[in-house]
Amino acid sequence: MRVGIVIFPGSNCDWDAYWAVRSTVGDVAEFLWHQEEHLPVGVECVILPGGFSYGDYLRSGAIARFSPIMRAVVRFAHAGGVVLGICNGFQILCEAGLLPGAFLRNRTLRFVCRSVYVRVERSDTPFTNALASGSVLRLPIAHGEGNYYIDPRGLRELEDHGQILFRYCSADGAVTDDANPNGSVGNIAGIVNREGNVLGMMPHPERACEALLGGTDGAMIFRSLQRFFATTQLPAEAVSRE
Amino acid sequence: MQFRVAATVTLRRSIADVQGTTVEQALHAIGFPMIEQVRIGKYIEMLVAAPSAQEAQAYAERACQQLLANPVIEDYRIVSVEPHMERPVGAE
Repeated sequence: MRVGIVIFPGSNCDWDAYWAVRSTVGDVAEFLWHQEEHLPVGVECVILPGGFSYGDYLRSGAIARFSPIMRAVVRFAHAGGVVLGICNGFQILCEAGLLPGAFLRNRTLRFVCRSVYVRVERSDTPFTNALASGSVLRLPIAHGEGNYYIDPRGLRELEDHGQILFRYCSADGAVTDDANPNGSVGNIAGIVNREGNVLGMMPHPERACEALLGGTDGAMIFRSLQRFFATTQLPAEAVSRE
Repeated sequence: MQFRVAATVTLRRSIADVQGTTVEQALHAIGFPMIEQVRIGKYIEMLVAAPSAQEAQAYAERACQQLLANPVIEDYRIVSVEPHMERPVGAE
């Protein structure tokens, strides 16, 4: 698969994402500057990495969503291209309207930086096909505004359409309030759009791809993407450029 | 003509404001038990070029809708629109 990683002013997990793609699946990854108005021809997966784009001023992701490249990312997503937003990338996807909901300050008002467990709710997606539904991943989180909010009706829609991909849980997979590190509605740690080609997740899989760094569970996300692209051709309008 | 427009952006009433709650508890602890329902938000001031105050307010409202507030979680309010007077050079 060919991966493009967007760099916004203030992105700080761009190299981690690059290294994760190269080291876990050995595929081509390239950086995309936020001022670009088009994605390179042939890019199949766009990663919006973690960080503090535009200093998180106003709201996390609020300014980044107006970057020139985001118009191209929105077109790419609507055409069926695969988009993965991690942490600040998830916040940007919500601000851009590619995913529903928004983020509030963590309910503890503290920045949380530690590993958590998340339960995989679905395995039939480009991001989780190498995992079993119900399996538990240990992944790091690092955020101050990770408290995912959506109104009760929106939450029902997410549940009805199977859009919740990861929920914070205990080590044995129980979704409890104790296991919720930030107060997110429904213990939500990651959601996909209805079509299933856009994922936003607060945990950092790219920081959990090597035993030396404390865990390898994150590599399964990249292996899933590789498996997906090994058997799936994206629609021509997604990979060719206007 | 320019207008100094001020807007506030606050979390919607239906959303728990953890900052407000924390500050409220601190106020109670230092002797203000009469203060309740503390809500914390943002105050945004801007200079808007427009032919009239109404139009300046309309620009500011559109700015709130598109960027300054996120309607999923926040409400905005334009709290003032004042004509902006350039001070003459040398005036104190």
